[in-house]
Amino acid sequence: MSLLNIFDIAGSGMSAQALRLNTTASNLANAESVSRSSAETYRARQPVFSAVMKALGETPAGVGVQVDGIVESQAPVRHQYEPGHPMANESGYIFLPNVSMAEEMANMISASRSYQTNAEVAKTSKQLFMRTLSLGQ
Amino acid sequence: MQFGLDKFFGIGQQALKIHSRRAEVLAGNLANVDTPGYKARDIDFKAALQQVKGGMGDVALRTTNPNHINSAGTSPGRIDDVLGEMKYRIPSQPSLDGNTVDSLKEKSAFMENALLYQTNLQFLGGKIKHIKSALKGE
Repeated sequence: MSLLNIFDIAGSGMSAQALRLNTTASNLANAESVSRSSAETYRARQPVFSAVMKALGETPAGVGVQVDGIVESQAPVRHQYEPGHPMANESGYIFLPNVSMAEEMANMISASRSYQTNAEVAKTSKQLFMRTLSLGQ
Repeated sequence: MQFGLDKFFGIGQQALKIHSRRAEVLAGNLANVDTPGYKARDIDFKAALQQVKGGMGDVALRTTNPNHINSAGTSPGRIDDVLGEMKYRIPSQPSLDGNTVDSLKEKSAFMENALLYQTNLQFLGGKIKHIKSALKGE
């Protein structure tokens, strides 16, 4: 039944977007997490999506989405000269994460819109399904 | 006397199947709106309906050995043939990561498809009502 497959597909979309929202929340929460060296500084995380192909033998009409992994941003971390800071190293520098606020906010809006779309798709499919069940009544 | 129920419902049931298949494809597009390299697809409804109707001619496999199973007569009406009518969408503004899903286009296509599905259901429901009233003989 292809209408039932839609729930799988929309569900995979929702869970992927929820994970994306999760990483965004983590990035925003840690935007000001100070550390002593660049190696131990928090780096912005982003999920990597890929289309999931169904097992062989099944007809792959619709394709769901899966999270392949989470990558850390390779952008250089920020450093500031603050000798009075308790976390400052011997040269007086503190290190801040490479989280870009604007990027994260855009990411958050994109993820929540995509989540909404998938939820809407599931809702519509449910309506179609219910109407099909009540056919001829 | 044989009453061909399949014939009575006509093309409606085939169209319903294709609509539900198309809904699945479009839902897949919408789920992959942020997947790098994903190419949006769609079903060519007209061609798919022709295919399911068997209007494009009965395509049978050639048998070169008596042990081969004769495939003639199985090709029309198979819903899986619809997948042959799946095409990649021509992107209007592809993104840098190779994704060609235009979420607005997909959303409106999904909505349109859902409406057509319900229209089809309405027709089929009407036909069932006809049979019912004929059976009751009121």
